[in-house]
Amino acid sequence: MSNATLVSTVVNGDAVQFACPTDESLMSALRDRVGLTGVKEGCGTGDCGACSVTLDGQLVCSCLVLGVEAEGKEVETVEGLANGDQLHPLQEKFIEHAALQCGICTPGFLVAAKALLKRNPNPNETEIRYALAGNLCRCTGYDKIVRAVQAAAKDMRNKGRR
Amino acid sequence: MIRVGDGPESIEVGAESVAELMQALLLRYPDLQEHLDRGVAVSINGQIFRDDWTVAIPNDAEVYLIPRIEGG
Amino acid sequence: MAHDNRYVEKDYKVVGSRVKRPDGVDKVTGKARYGADASAPGGLVGRVLRSPHPHAQIVKINTAKAEKLKGVKAVITSADLPDLTNGDQGMAHILENCMARGRALYDGHAVAAVAAIDEQTAAKALKLIDVKYKKLPHVTDVDEAMKPDAPVLHAKMFTRGVDPAPTKASNISARTQMGYGDVDAGFAEADVIVERTYKTEQTHQGYIEPHACLASVNPDGTAELWVTTQGHFTFRNVCSTLLGLDIAKLKVTSSEIGGGFGGKTHVWAEPVALALSRKANRPVKLVMSREEVFRASGPTSSTSIDVKMGAKKDGTITAAVAEMRYQGGAFPGTWAMLGCMTAFACYDIKNNKTIGWDVVVNRPKVAAYRAPSAPMAAFAVESTIDLVAKEIGKSPIDVRLKNVAREGTQAPYGPTYGPIGIENTLEAVKAHPHMRAKLKKNQGRGIACGFWFNIGGQTCVDLNIGADGTVNLSVGTVDVGGARSSMAMIAAEELGISYEDVKTNIGDTASLGHNDTTEGSRGTFSSGMATIFAARDAIQVLKQRAAKMWGIPVEDVEWQDGEAVAIGKMHDNLPALSLKEIAAKAGRTGGPIAGHNEVVADGAGMGFASHICDVEVDPETGRSQIVRYTVVQDAGKAIHPDYVEGQFQGAAAQGIGWALNEEYIYGDDGRLQNPGFLDYRIPVCSDMPFIDTKILEVPNPNHPYGIRGVGETSIVPPLGAVGNAIANATGVRMTHAPMSPPRVLAALDAQDAG
Repeated sequence: MSNATLVSTVVNGDAVQFACPTDESLMSALRDRVGLTGVKEGCGTGDCGACSVTLDGQLVCSCLVLGVEAEGKEVETVEGLANGDQLHPLQEKFIEHAALQCGICTPGFLVAAKALLKRNPNPNETEIRYALAGNLCRCTGYDKIVRAVQAAAKDMRNKGRR
Repeated sequence: MIRVGDGPESIEVGAESVAELMQALLLRYPDLQEHLDRGVAVSINGQIFRDDWTVAIPNDAEVYLIPRIEGG
Repeated sequence: MAHDNRYVEKDYKVVGSRVKRPDGVDKVTGKARYGADASAPGGLVGRVLRSPHPHAQIVKINTAKAEKLKGVKAVITSADLPDLTNGDQGMAHILENCMARGRALYDGHAVAAVAAIDEQTAAKALKLIDVKYKKLPHVTDVDEAMKPDAPVLHAKMFTRGVDPAPTKASNISARTQMGYGDVDAGFAEADVIVERTYKTEQTHQGYIEPHACLASVNPDGTAELWVTTQGHFTFRNVCSTLLGLDIAKLKVTSSEIGGGFGGKTHVWAEPVALALSRKANRPVKLVMSREEVFRASGPTSSTSIDVKMGAKKDGTITAAVAEMRYQGGAFPGTWAMLGCMTAFACYDIKNNKTIGWDVVVNRPKVAAYRAPSAPMAAFAVESTIDLVAKEIGKSPIDVRLKNVAREGTQAPYGPTYGPIGIENTLEAVKAHPHMRAKLKKNQGRGIACGFWFNIGGQTCVDLNIGADGTVNLSVGTVDVGGARSSMAMIAAEELGISYEDVKTNIGDTASLGHNDTTEGSRGTFSSGMATIFAARDAIQVLKQRAAKMWGIPVEDVEWQDGEAVAIGKMHDNLPALSLKEIAAKAGRTGGPIAGHNEVVADGAGMGFASHICDVEVDPETGRSQIVRYTVVQDAGKAIHPDYVEGQFQGAAAQGIGWALNEEYIYGDDGRLQNPGFLDYRIPVCSDMPFIDTKILEVPNPNHPYGIRGVGETSIVPPLGAVGNAIANATGVRMTHAPMSPPRVLAALDAQDAG
């Protein structure tokens, strides 16, 4: 590995250090160096959203961010969504509503939907559709995904959760 | 006896199984081998058999040879 | 043991419910491992060098510099994949498609590959490979490729199905003709005749997971392949042939699959990864980029189709003819033939004829895409039927119902239909509230029908009962969208136990007998049938064990609701033995309890669907927005309704994408101009409305539960339904798909000018 730089970051609440070449994407660093393969590569060009993570709370395509840009920042991936054996309401509702078929886009959708519900706990259908328009799903036609997000939002509002 | 048709052409052949049918047809139409190599399925009274040549053919059955389909 | 596959009506306890899928938690937590998620000790990174030219002679490949680069462990060309295909032309084409042999046949055709210690080194090494090309004239359009002066791809390809056989090579690999009756007489009877020519552009399955595999070949000839695939057994057979390996010594494990839709039925990079591993003596992981997926995997055909249809004023279609030209990419296929078989399959037309031309062009080798070839034919036919309806002043639905195929109708490809559901779907459409909903300004409604075959094929299933009475079910078809649930439900139903007590696994090639590829909507039909039979075998064993435990003849034991019951007055003091109780004693009554089945699952049903589409067309931009969409399809029997609906909705969405936006765009230079999701635009969440579904259940007589495959059919109607809706919204008939904003706008402008 040439041009490797040591990066200190917090991933899903844990302090993590990794060394990566300066031209390596955060997506590759998370997958290949931190071992978080729940971050999926669908395109590598920011078009499909399968690699969605949050960086200091902001939703990004991790394929468009360099690994070294995570220095000193907090990264959250799909692996950080559940609390121990308690699935996040979005995870529960995706299973309950059959909102996944092949499941490859699911991690990205969950991360993006969580970011949406954090800034807008009560989105209408159109708001959900536009907020998730950066995540491609080829299996479902999005119907059951939108319904699962609606159900999770309702559940979270009832429980006073964000 | 059974009718073996491909498009407008129909013939009658005596055979009790798909394997026998193929044998009988190959004797009459050696060129059929090329089609068999590319893959054919056999429709017996509307039910399509893709692989199993041990299948019995009932008397007076309507039999068609059709291309062997794959899918997506 | 012989089993009866005939349909028997029964009440279900588990089948038909909406249980949670067993792989759900893995897939929402990121634990599920897909093609690119595996690694191996000492693993290398594989990368492929691809031709930038659509058609070229490869004069020389110099790999010396790349081989000398530090960290490079293997460089291969076609010389490292010697031709072992032994005269099998289909296999030879697969080999040549995986790695060019002396000539590049399309932009993206693989010419060499490297394995290196990391991504950066592999990328550097590719740049150091020197390929000398001699460019050749190319052709990428199906109509152009058929012209007598077109550049010819294969000097020894002579059109099949033409009498007398041609003596001059051409790009036309085959001519197919189907149908029956006398079409000339039929047209003579007609009050109106409509003729149109249609074009559809090439589309890609667009699975979100690129092709990926991890290959490891040992010097002793043993090998392993972890791969995202729809058919790990087929991949094993093909890779064994191409690499010269023993079938039993190559173990192929299917990873979780991130979408396939037909595109993961054929090998692309897998033989290359195996050859790299063999040369490097280390495991090699090869993952395609999205650009490589577009340029060099297997999209579907682009087509050009003429349809002529004649009808009487009462709506009877008296004759129909279609001439269809399908390109199969750089190697011959049978795609036009499939178009011929499906074009008029929804209808009972006394005089019908289809002619298909299979054509090669300088584009990637076409693979199956969900109901392959049927959507294009249906676009042409369903559009023409609406034109006929307009000419005779009848409603599109009534014209379809007037001519609908039923049990006893002869299919255009020969056989007589058994019980089929197309009429039921049309009646359901006619009665649906969607048909009476008010339309707003610039909106129009269209309907269309679709047909696709189901296939069965070789299937092998293992069912093993644990000491606590829970059940492992191993199937060899892959889980592309919830199949583990359906299989567990079927096993639970048969055994009379709870769904939660069955765990379905996808078996690798070393642990199960051969299973055909999961294609042709066969997964639930075939593995479902084998699971029923395996469970029935296990029940026989359970009854024998219960008889032993009681010390009574097995003839006096019946299996009822998950329990062995001793029948007859003399045994009425014996309390029933549950599956769990029998399983607990298995070690002392004869060993493990299992059921097994291997079957050629024949008798697959036919899949029919009818769709309703409302579209709003923006007259300023030509952009079409789907505002409401309804799918009605016959499922035979819906095992897990959620995932049946999911198949309907996903197929409809793919059809809508094809209808409105998706297309391969080739430049005059023969290179693909939009190999990415930004410019090859599949539908996104904000493009779509909710997709309403209605599941009909017309049982397939040749399956114990009446199952029909449901995966593919609903991609067939959308092109026609959208086209018909746009016509009703604007008065403009679109004959070129996708009906993208520029095409619709041009048509609207032409209408204004005209």
